[in-house]
Amino acid sequence: MTTTPGPVQDTSAVFVGMPSFPVAARSALENTQQRRALRQATHTIRDKRASVVAEVPEWEALRVAGAAAKDEALAHLGDYLEQLETTLVANGATVHWARDAAEANRIVLDIVRAKGVDEVVKVKSMATQEIELNEALEAAGVNAWETDLAELIVQLGHDRPSHILVPAIHRGRGEIRDIFRREMAAVGRPAPEDLTDDPAGLAEAARLHLREKFLRAKVAVSGANFAVADTGTLVVVESEGNGRMCLTLPETLVSVVGIEKVLPSWDDLAPMLQLLPRSSTGERMNPYTSMWSGVHDGDGPSEVHVVLLDNGRTHVLADRLGRQALRCIRCSACLNVCPVYERTGGHAYGSVYPGPIGAVLNPQLRGTTSDVDKSLPYASSLCGACFDVCPVRIDIPELLVELRGRVVDQEGRTAESTAMAAAAWVLSDPKRLARAQRAATAAGRLLGDRTVRAVPGLGAWSDARDVPTPPTETFRQWWARERGEEPR
Amino acid sequence: MSARDDILARVRGATADVTTSPGERRPAPVPDAPAERAATLSLFAETVADYRAQVVRVGPDAVADAVAGALREHGCTTAVVPSGLDPAWVRAVAAAAEVLAETEVTSDAALDAVDAVVTAAALGVATTGTVVLDHGPDQGRRALTLVPDTHVCVVRSRQVVHDVPEAVARLRPQPGRARPLTWVSGPSATSDIELERVEGVHGPRTLVVVLVDDETEAGR
Repeated sequence: MTTTPGPVQDTSAVFVGMPSFPVAARSALENTQQRRALRQATHTIRDKRASVVAEVPEWEALRVAGAAAKDEALAHLGDYLEQLETTLVANGATVHWARDAAEANRIVLDIVRAKGVDEVVKVKSMATQEIELNEALEAAGVNAWETDLAELIVQLGHDRPSHILVPAIHRGRGEIRDIFRREMAAVGRPAPEDLTDDPAGLAEAARLHLREKFLRAKVAVSGANFAVADTGTLVVVESEGNGRMCLTLPETLVSVVGIEKVLPSWDDLAPMLQLLPRSSTGERMNPYTSMWSGVHDGDGPSEVHVVLLDNGRTHVLADRLGRQALRCIRCSACLNVCPVYERTGGHAYGSVYPGPIGAVLNPQLRGTTSDVDKSLPYASSLCGACFDVCPVRIDIPELLVELRGRVVDQEGRTAESTAMAAAAWVLSDPKRLARAQRAATAAGRLLGDRTVRAVPGLGAWSDARDVPTPPTETFRQWWARERGEEPR
Repeated sequence: MSARDDILARVRGATADVTTSPGERRPAPVPDAPAERAATLSLFAETVADYRAQVVRVGPDAVADAVAGALREHGCTTAVVPSGLDPAWVRAVAAAAEVLAETEVTSDAALDAVDAVVTAAALGVATTGTVVLDHGPDQGRRALTLVPDTHVCVVRSRQVVHDVPEAVARLRPQPGRARPLTWVSGPSATSDIELERVEGVHGPRTLVVVLVDDETEAGR
């Protein structure tokens, strides 16, 4: 039976009008300091990952189990979502459904307003970044305090995240010290007078700055790494303890969860809790994992809300090949091994999802109409490293090729497709080929050893590549000369 | 149409090609490496220490000394204890610090002024060096093991399982009686600044795991 896709995601205000990937990447490529930092960071994490993955002899079987759990959830997503709703409600949680970003933001804002507060503390969450919840809350006069250290650095620096796991990967310690000194006082406890660029001191400054917010906040907003359908349990993995603070201290907790975060069964946590930390931070286990099943009397928030978010996911889900991208558990291993990401960083991807997974997810969530989404499937050398490290076996190279095909089909006749059609015509007939080769070798003799840097009409190809100078003699001509046989 | 019905209709439309039924899949088999009990316990002590948590291995008679010693070593003069903590351990805490009952420290701000917390645990995981809290009576509500800067956690050796799947199987929430769970692997940490690891951001910066060898041949 054929599938019916849901609507695509609207490109959010922040990313509307983004230029294509190669254009957006240009300034990052010229920033040598950032390139050095990115190289250092991505190589450090990828090495850590490789060493902890090597400790697990059954790693490949775990990947298969992880992919199978997500595939089961996605194939029967309707059933598991209904089950999740039932178990969450039985555990005392309130479940909301949001078709898109605007609806999700409205739901969260209504809850915040009902509590009569003008601030929330936030756990790092890709879903709330995707819907630009902070911007929506701020527009309504509600301060949203990011509490993950890197997110705090990004927020105080009026900046955008550039990595899923380490959003401030593009900032050096000196820049961070300057941001803390300049910005902290305006929004709470100022940075200590004697703050240096020592990472321990910077972390201490963040601890002190945020503690008063944790102790004061009445409402917290989180995402979830997993939502277990058969037990009604949400799971958040983190390192710093800011997640635990937000999930435990405020009276009201709102979690915005993409519908693809569902796991069918509690038992599926067994592979997932092994796959995610080792793939993500390169640790055997992340420092803190919190699991809560609705409201727990006398412990933690007395009001627990869960907002289940579509926002383009049902569009991706309808694609039999493309739906595997929804298995993604946002570990960011594919970013750290990608030769393209390592050089460009995350901003050029025009989305909160950068790197190889962003290159396949964004054009599927948003469609391939904008400049950036059309260009993303090409932001890859197709080396395949991303598939090798993906803990849930998303075949990113296969999806990239498929998406390139779609972009080409949708673009219709271009200089490139005309050239390809002409080449096919020439190559399909030996006489035509021989004539073309005689022309090419004549051109080669004319050009000598000069390099052809650009060919009019083939901008996309020749921008990034030099055209090889045609040889003065082809193999077939050489064969005929040496063996005295006329080329057919 | 409500958002709920709309989204569920979209999901069903998007998966109209699926011909299997939910639950038909058999969980993918993951081979299990059998482990010697003694090796599991040593591994647990090693992996916990790897996170720069402090590990103290003691016999059942030496728990009190280990707990008091840890509090003294880290200069803790006040310590909060959950209501169901082993009375012998509470006496040990009292020998080193002023004891505050969980019920005495009701506000988060008051908790913030306490130096340490001493608890039991629900489970230990050897391959990952993880202590799992289910916040039962001997562990206290979640805030207790979060806000104070030092956490002394007593894990009985019979609570240590070998790997994550074993832990997940034991911790499955019971319908209607689900407990919140906190998996703790070392002290709070961040690598957000140039990927340099810093121990201690918001959670306890000092974690002491007292591993009690209380296993007998028939004990498990």
